[in-house]
Amino acid sequence: MVEVVLETQNLTKRYGDFVAVNNLNLVLGSGQVFGLLGPNGAGKTTSILMLLGLTEPTSGFVRVLGLDPTRNPLAVKARVGYLPDQIGFYDELTARENLGYIARLNGISRPEAKRRIEAALERMGLAEVAEKRVRTFSRGMRQRLGLAELLLKQPRIIIMDEPTLGLDPEAARDFLNLIRELKNDNITVLLSSHMLHQVQAVCDRVGLFHKGVMVLEGSVPELARNVLGGAYRIHVQAESRNGDVEHALQGLPGVLAVQRPAASQYVVEAAHDLRAEAAQAVIQAGGRLAALDMAEPSLDDIYTRYFQEVQHGARN
Amino acid sequence: MALATETLRPARVREGSPWTGLWAVVAKDMADHLTSTRMRILELLIVLTAVGTVFAATENLRDTVGQDRFLFLRLFTTGQEPLPAFIGFLSFLVPLLAIGLAFDAINGEFNRRTMSRVLAQPIYRDALLLGKFLAGLFTLSLVLTAIWLLIIGMGILRLGVPPGGEEVGRLLFFLLATIFYGGIWLGVALLCSTVFRQTATAALTALAVWLFFIIFWGMLANLAARTLAPVQLGTPQEIIAQVETSQALARLSPNTLYVEATIGLLNPSTRSFGLVLPTQLQGALLGAPLPLDQSLILIWPQLTALIAITILLFALSYVIFQRQEIRA
Ligand SMILES: Nc1ncnc2c1ncn2[C@@H]1O[C@H](COP(=O)(O)OP(=O)(O)O)[C@@H](O)[C@H]1O
Ligand SMILES: [Mg+2]
Repeated sequence: MVEVVLETQNLTKRYGDFVAVNNLNLVLGSGQVFGLLGPNGAGKTTSILMLLGLTEPTSGFVRVLGLDPTRNPLAVKARVGYLPDQIGFYDELTARENLGYIARLNGISRPEAKRRIEAALERMGLAEVAEKRVRTFSRGMRQRLGLAELLLKQPRIIIMDEPTLGLDPEAARDFLNLIRELKNDNITVLLSSHMLHQVQAVCDRVGLFHKGVMVLEGSVPELARNVLGGAYRIHVQAESRNGDVEHALQGLPGVLAVQRPAASQYVVEAAHDLRAEAAQAVIQAGGRLAALDMAEPSLDDIYTRYFQEVQHGARN
Repeated sequence: MALATETLRPARVREGSPWTGLWAVVAKDMADHLTSTRMRILELLIVLTAVGTVFAATENLRDTVGQDRFLFLRLFTTGQEPLPAFIGFLSFLVPLLAIGLAFDAINGEFNRRTMSRVLAQPIYRDALLLGKFLAGLFTLSLVLTAIWLLIIGMGILRLGVPPGGEEVGRLLFFLLATIFYGGIWLGVALLCSTVFRQTATAALTALAVWLFFIIFWGMLANLAARTLAPVQLGTPQEIIAQVETSQALARLSPNTLYVEATIGLLNPSTRSFGLVLPTQLQGALLGAPLPLDQSLILIWPQLTALIAITILLFALSYVIFQRQEIRA
């Protein structure tokens, strides 16, 4: 069993009567990447602020590396790196000077800081612009500078709030790849995002937030199995003269449901990989198979489906 | 709302020194101040004023070299029409400098969105706030000390005599009083920067407070004294009571405190502020200068009040800052 590095129990934050975070229970193991996902206003940032001790919880408790962030904030903050959602730097200072200030605040000795800053800038691909003022930096560069700052602290845990916000798709992908690499250093990562599909690939586990409550928690395939019923969704494109193809697909063992979003398109939900069987069934039913492809279950689908079911009273 | 829940909570013991990281903040902010354009402009303004007024003063003082024991004090207090003396300018320039140093101390960090990044480092808010205050105070001290040395240097060059021991002593205390006077306005600006998120609002509010005390407080003190201690029969006791009330109220203004402290230090023959009754002067040699220690006893209340107000303002900023949620 992996070591638990971050744990919350019934963590709650109220603003007056408004419950921003409701009884959050979270356990993060060492080296995991956890995604705190949900739409804007769901309570992600509030949860993160409580984990860091930047906001006091109304009730419940937090343990970060076995420490209480409200009692022992300095020890927690020395071991946890935080990348806020709207990250700002001292624009009139250079990238290196900005990192230098953070190093001094962390009490890192001068030669050690110099070495770490160099390494962090190099790793984030910012070595060439180290002497440039941050004012001239693009959003993507700022984000990477933020990550360089985290690396400089050599934290055990990194917490990132909406790290891909405002990045173009390519920059977002690059950034997520950098996050993946942190896993190799055995750093635990907790990131929040409202772009479910964007981050699902990097997360080992995700927690889906809705109005302050973490409604679903687990790995993406697990959630897909629980919520979508089938973990596999096979997209089939085929011409058929009569309704035979749909019928044939439905008849396959292991198929849970078949949807027909367009005249020649079918979506097969299956308990296991049925691609070969589906192809065979289409041809046997006299259909002309044009394409067949298995989609990864998408978190957006899971989220949408979950709330459809909640509304229809299928759950609770 | 959030305040209510947080005050009800029993105070928990924090661990680790509240001053961790203090000097990192002081060093960073002082470096910012000393390189900022804003400070360059204000420093230039002060240097020009100092050179101008001292130049004018030495023109006047040359004739009295050798006769006046307190020649160097006069450098600061002598004006030449239409130019007022340097201390007259100081009571304007020091608040301006101090407000310029601190009006965006806290809200500036919020606006640049650096606050949450800084507070995510192992540092308490205490250290951040005190660091910002000290950076301002040290910068102010540095600038004022430089000006002070400049004036004394100019005096030595233009008058051809060195200052005496007592003169240097009095001038040192004068420098100290000026720094603490600046400390008050630093405290006002810091408080404004904690309360208002807009830096422009904070700057204007701090300036408004300053103008209020410079222009209106004296008048208000007079008006209030008339209602608090009315003169109905016109007896001397009533008149004295009214003047004393007015004076006590005026002393709530940092300007009054500073001006009185300055007069006591730079004008050695000052024996008391305000009304002097004949009985108080019995046995005193009129016009004879007091020794430095006597002058210090005279202005001690003013000096301590300047320091106390500064501490009070800082404490208020501290309480407000501790309760702010850091979301930016
Ligand atoms: N200081 C506050 N006072 C009252 N409500 C707040 C405060 N801060 C946040 N909220 C509310 O708490 C909810 C959760 O906010 P947040 O955690 O920022 O959401 P997310 O990060 O998931 O977008 C929002 O509805 C927001 O309006
Ligand atoms: Mg948020």
